[in-house]
Amino acid sequence: MPGYLIRRLGQAVLVVAGVIVLTFAVMRLVPGDPAVAYAGPKATAAELAEARRRFGLDDPLPVQLWNYVRDLLGGDWGTSLHTRQPVRDDLFQAFPASLELVGAALIIALVAGIPLGIAAARYKGRLPDLSVRLSSMLAVSVPVFWLALALQTVFASGLGWFPVAGEYDASLDRTSPLHLYTNITAVDALITGNWPILTSTLSHLVLPALVIAAYPAGVVAQMTRAALIEESSRDHARLERALGFGETAVLTRFALRPALNPVLSLIALVFAYSIVNGFLVEAVFNWPGLGRYAADSIRSLDTPAIAGVTLLVAVLYVVANLAVDLLQGVVDPRVRAR
Amino acid sequence: MTTPALPALRRTPLRRLAGVDRLAVAGAVLLAVVVLAALLAPWIAPYPEDGGSATHPLEALLPPSGAHWFGTDQVGRDVLSRVLFGARTSLLIAVAVLAVSGVAGVVLGVVAGYAGGWARDVIMRVTDVFLAFPALLLSLALAVVLQPSVTTVIVAIAVTWWPWYARLTASVAASVATRGFVDSARCLGVPAPLIVLRHVLPNSLTPVLVQLSLDGGGVILTAAALSYLGLGAHEPTPEWGLMVQQGQTLFTTDWWVVTFPGLAILVTAFAFNVLGEGLRARLAR
Repeated sequence: MPGYLIRRLGQAVLVVAGVIVLTFAVMRLVPGDPAVAYAGPKATAAELAEARRRFGLDDPLPVQLWNYVRDLLGGDWGTSLHTRQPVRDDLFQAFPASLELVGAALIIALVAGIPLGIAAARYKGRLPDLSVRLSSMLAVSVPVFWLALALQTVFASGLGWFPVAGEYDASLDRTSPLHLYTNITAVDALITGNWPILTSTLSHLVLPALVIAAYPAGVVAQMTRAALIEESSRDHARLERALGFGETAVLTRFALRPALNPVLSLIALVFAYSIVNGFLVEAVFNWPGLGRYAADSIRSLDTPAIAGVTLLVAVLYVVANLAVDLLQGVVDPRVRAR
Repeated sequence: MTTPALPALRRTPLRRLAGVDRLAVAGAVLLAVVVLAALLAPWIAPYPEDGGSATHPLEALLPPSGAHWFGTDQVGRDVLSRVLFGARTSLLIAVAVLAVSGVAGVVLGVVAGYAGGWARDVIMRVTDVFLAFPALLLSLALAVVLQPSVTTVIVAIAVTWWPWYARLTASVAASVATRGFVDSARCLGVPAPLIVLRHVLPNSLTPVLVQLSLDGGGVILTAAALSYLGLGAHEPTPEWGLMVQQGQTLFTTDWWVVTFPGLAILVTAFAFNVLGEGLRARLAR
């Protein structure tokens, strides 16, 4: 195990290094002059030179890359051009809201996807199976931004069942102010017993979380079905049937646990994807997370901010991947030998 | 002589069809409809000039009717015509991305899989780096620094897509390379490039082709998302994501402007996914 751990960690460090270099390379493709973007169009030549010196744009590229890496590791992720604040602070502020949204979506995806997968495997080749397969394919085919607009129009603007946008009713900040511990509104409201903000946040969460849940729910249902079908054709399932267990019992009492292993590792991988999918949904529902920050950054061609978001999500993905691999290495020794 | 041969001839395609997953057939048919719509758009669109920059301010935002089945948009263009022409943009992007990233990925993957050693290590570590970015994220960053256009969308997505094929091909090619017929070829003195081209490559392609058809939907969705964010096609190009973006403030009052382009994205992505699923099920058998 230590050998596997070190090898896998080394690989992850290598990938993060590559991610930093690639992000740097993409940002250096910028056709515009970042100094002009920072100093403004009316800047004098002296001001431009000053901005260029400050950002180190006069240095050779390898030196710039070295400085970039040094700053990143020292905690300096650059200054956002549109908020004029350190990118790191902006990200710290926006990330918990995205985590809240995607966390809620993944819970919905598991709660909906696993039972659907079980039902499909139980009635393989029959109507329930076909409808689960088709609807899960629909769920992964739907454009999220369009689904977000549609649900917002019908259930928020139209029927008025849910709030149209935002994370919670801002007027509650005055009547029942929230103490921040984790910066995740729903969690903070729950642990401090702030019911008005908790219920408001939950009702604001429903629609955007449902939209983001569509893709992972579809994938989870497909994966659960496939894993269950494979598991229930093994020898242990034959023994259980011989002992008189019904088909449903074989699936839910014996096959489900081993089948859930790949499903859970899948969830970790879908996490980063859902964060990015959430960008589009956050923009529609004006959710104060990474997505809205990214959308604002795109609009103002704010490269340090975009680089920060890109880097953060890519590193998250690497960490999630690593966590899954290590967990599987603990659970299943065969993984370590690979 | 001819009489007994006829039923056999007639049965062959049917029997072949029965062996194919019904899902694959359904997906292929649906996709064929979209492709036909794209190819025939100039002839079947009721108002072909509306696929371009024509405007009819007096007919703006008409609800669906006999004259305009899908209604008209903000500047009076027929939404059905634009949806039909939009199929061209989306399919063009999908085909270009899959071709470029498929070829790049397969070439790198087959080299990595057959050569092994340090070549494999280098190629696989590079793909790991690219795979750390969710496709939409890296193409978003790329699309921001390039000028928004359909070409930008193609380049941005292709850059993020090839590593999947490289990784897949490498693992298949590595297992093909250990098979007996490759050893035999090597013993006969066939040069390595020829072995790769004649023996390893053809036997490594099937899973990649299935993956390509599964990925068509993903490319269409990513491209639509980029255009929706204003990083892709721009006016007057008929593009579904762009149409949704332009109409989004009108959803409550003029639902048809947003609904039909969105449905078009959904149906096309769905067709690719159904076809891919069907092919995968067939392959797994």
